[in-house]
Amino acid sequence: MLLSKPVSGGVADALLRQTPRLTIGLLLLPVGAGIFGTLAPALGWMPALGGSALTLDAFRSLIAWPGFWEALRLSLVTGIVSTALSLGLTLWLVASWQGTALFRTITRLLSPLLSVPHAAAAFGIAFLIAPSGWIARLFSPWATGWTRPPDLLIVQDPWGLTLILGLVAKETPFLLLMTLAALQQVDGNRSRILAESMGYGRVTAWMKTVLPLIYPQIRLPVYAVLAYGMSVVDMAVILGPTRPSPLAVQTVTWITDPDLSLRFQASAAASVLLFAVIAALIAWWLTEKLAARAGQRWVFAGARGARRVQASRGVALSLAATSSALVFLGMLGLALWSFTGLWRFPDVLPASYRLTTWEREGPVMFGTATDTVLLAGTSVALALVFVIGCLEAETRLKIRVHPASLLILYLPLLVPQIGFLPGLQTLAISFGVDGGFWVVVAAHLVFVLPYMFLSLADPWRALNPQYETVAAALGAGPNRSLFAIRLPLLLRPILTASAVGFAVSVGQYLPTLLIGGGRVETLTTEAVALASGGNRRIIGVYALAQMILPFVAFALALIVPTLLFRRRRGMAIS
Amino acid sequence: MTALSLENLEIAQGDRVLVRQTVTVAAGEVLTIMGPSGSGKSTLLNAILGTLAPEFRCAGDIRLEERSLIGVPLRQRRVGVMFQDSLLFPHLSVGANLAFALPADVKGRAARATRVAEALEQAGLAEFADRDPETLSGGQKARVALMRTLLAEPRLLLLDEPFSKLDTDRRAQLRSFVFQRIIDRGIPALLVTHDVEDARAAGGAVVSPLGEALAV
Repeated sequence: MLLSKPVSGGVADALLRQTPRLTIGLLLLPVGAGIFGTLAPALGWMPALGGSALTLDAFRSLIAWPGFWEALRLSLVTGIVSTALSLGLTLWLVASWQGTALFRTITRLLSPLLSVPHAAAAFGIAFLIAPSGWIARLFSPWATGWTRPPDLLIVQDPWGLTLILGLVAKETPFLLLMTLAALQQVDGNRSRILAESMGYGRVTAWMKTVLPLIYPQIRLPVYAVLAYGMSVVDMAVILGPTRPSPLAVQTVTWITDPDLSLRFQASAAASVLLFAVIAALIAWWLTEKLAARAGQRWVFAGARGARRVQASRGVALSLAATSSALVFLGMLGLALWSFTGLWRFPDVLPASYRLTTWEREGPVMFGTATDTVLLAGTSVALALVFVIGCLEAETRLKIRVHPASLLILYLPLLVPQIGFLPGLQTLAISFGVDGGFWVVVAAHLVFVLPYMFLSLADPWRALNPQYETVAAALGAGPNRSLFAIRLPLLLRPILTASAVGFAVSVGQYLPTLLIGGGRVETLTTEAVALASGGNRRIIGVYALAQMILPFVAFALALIVPTLLFRRRRGMAIS
Repeated sequence: MTALSLENLEIAQGDRVLVRQTVTVAAGEVLTIMGPSGSGKSTLLNAILGTLAPEFRCAGDIRLEERSLIGVPLRQRRVGVMFQDSLLFPHLSVGANLAFALPADVKGRAARATRVAEALEQAGLAEFADRDPETLSGGQKARVALMRTLLAEPRLLLLDEPFSKLDTDRRAQLRSFVFQRIIDRGIPALLVTHDVEDARAAGGAVVSPLGEALAV
């Protein structure tokens, strides 16, 4: 008689069982160690630089810096205002257009914006709205009378308005996508019909019946946007004010300063920012509670919504269209600049085109692009092993997912990068591992992994478990069922998650800069470094390359499954 | 008095005619549309609500109290609807669900709470205002849903198989509760069902989606 072998391998299962723990460690350890490594020098403890006594001197000298309060204020204002505007615009758009054919078109137009790296988007926007930018050119000289670029400080304005604009243009698509995912679990359409049949306007109906159900699910993404906006560096270098710059930018300036004694002050600034973000998150959370209270009263009062509110849907649409047009046109403008020979103000288009910039910058840029791809590819491949390992452990070992695990996943996105990367850099230096390829991969992994997990978890959990049952009934063990059934069935979401991870890695600025110690260069660090030079042709080359990489990744994620399964109608996008 | 009239109403999807109706419903009366699933019953309700998907063509007229509903936004139609699921808003208490429907011109928290309490009392659910809707039984949820629909003061009530998820006993109870409210309010109602008992209990005419009179 033939006896079949036991279906689950002992070693494999034991390894699989440890994967979630390993992953949690992979996320928590760098964040925790990094925070410690940031706080300790802020309190004067950094033996390598001769600091061994606990003092508040670093904070004293930070506060004594004349720009401190203004820099802190800028960080708070740009972060909070950009988050409120992005969230407001997202909800307004969804409330007024959900369920219409136009809404599907808008979401399709907005989602590619997600893959544009922040720095590239910032350059594009800067080029559009600068005094010598496309918008000024379009209206000059016939409307404005300008024959030379006016002497106006639009980009890097002292109030941070341009920075806020850039953040809103980038974060609105992110929040929109998160909202759409949340909406799939709510029967919003019938609620809306019910409310409208009682005389409610579309927007009011949505705010009263759907928003309270989905907000808990977009809360963490909103917090991530808030933490990001308050501590962003790359976008702030390009669009944000100088003298002073927001606190995060100033911190990086001090960290990268050759004068090592500034490290203490930098750590103090990073700590202040860390606590400012925590305070802002708590304040936001309290505001949510108050809004929910007010919302209950608003619902009870039964107001149906003024006609004015319902008529405002066109405004929501044009604002969303404008913000995405800013990014799209900005990118187009940058692409044009990279091929420009002569382009005088106020000409709308260049007078001549040349390949000189590409010929001159191409070889170096190509080398950097290769490094960027290697770094991103390695991070994605590693993250994929962990993400699939966790999900497979969940499926195979029937592990119940604890609600707190989502919070752990979000932790690296909620703690501002500037709050823990400087500390991580200090630790990396003291262990002598800074500047290596693999350390930078590890740093990227902290951000790539959560996004990939969030992207893949829903499709993975939604896969019909009966495929697994059928496979098992046919004698397939868990490994065969994973590799022959589940992974191929999930190829499309797996590739999409990989593209998301790839885009996240390509866009990373601070981890590459700090952990790479200046020895690992990517398109993003190079592009941001070019910002101060202001050579639009070279910036165009780098920003374009920076944008093309994630775009290619997403295109592959779309095309590869379609080609592989071209004879399988059941595998087509529904 | 004729309250609702469907005049040469014809709804088609491609070449297939799903609904053909010329019929009037008086105030306090229930017209029952009966047929198997997929036969166009819900299509008719969608047409009256104005929520037909674009692939449907709709000709003819729908008149409520002499006013044509064609092209009127749903929020101004004053058509109440009750679905198979009660669709009580899960984030609101039972009382807040009812207050949601109460017209905004009933001003003041106390006045609104009184009206809500009265409605709950009529439904035999006094003291339920602060309850979480999830803690209610199916029949209780359905009664709250009906009271909620009626509080918005509709001039027409659409019933989309509202009894089908209940067991036989509760079904009979809820039916008589619903039909009594319709008579009290003096509004016309349209009941969509595939259950003969429902059709009999409604007491009015029974037709197929294509307008043929059915004997029950």
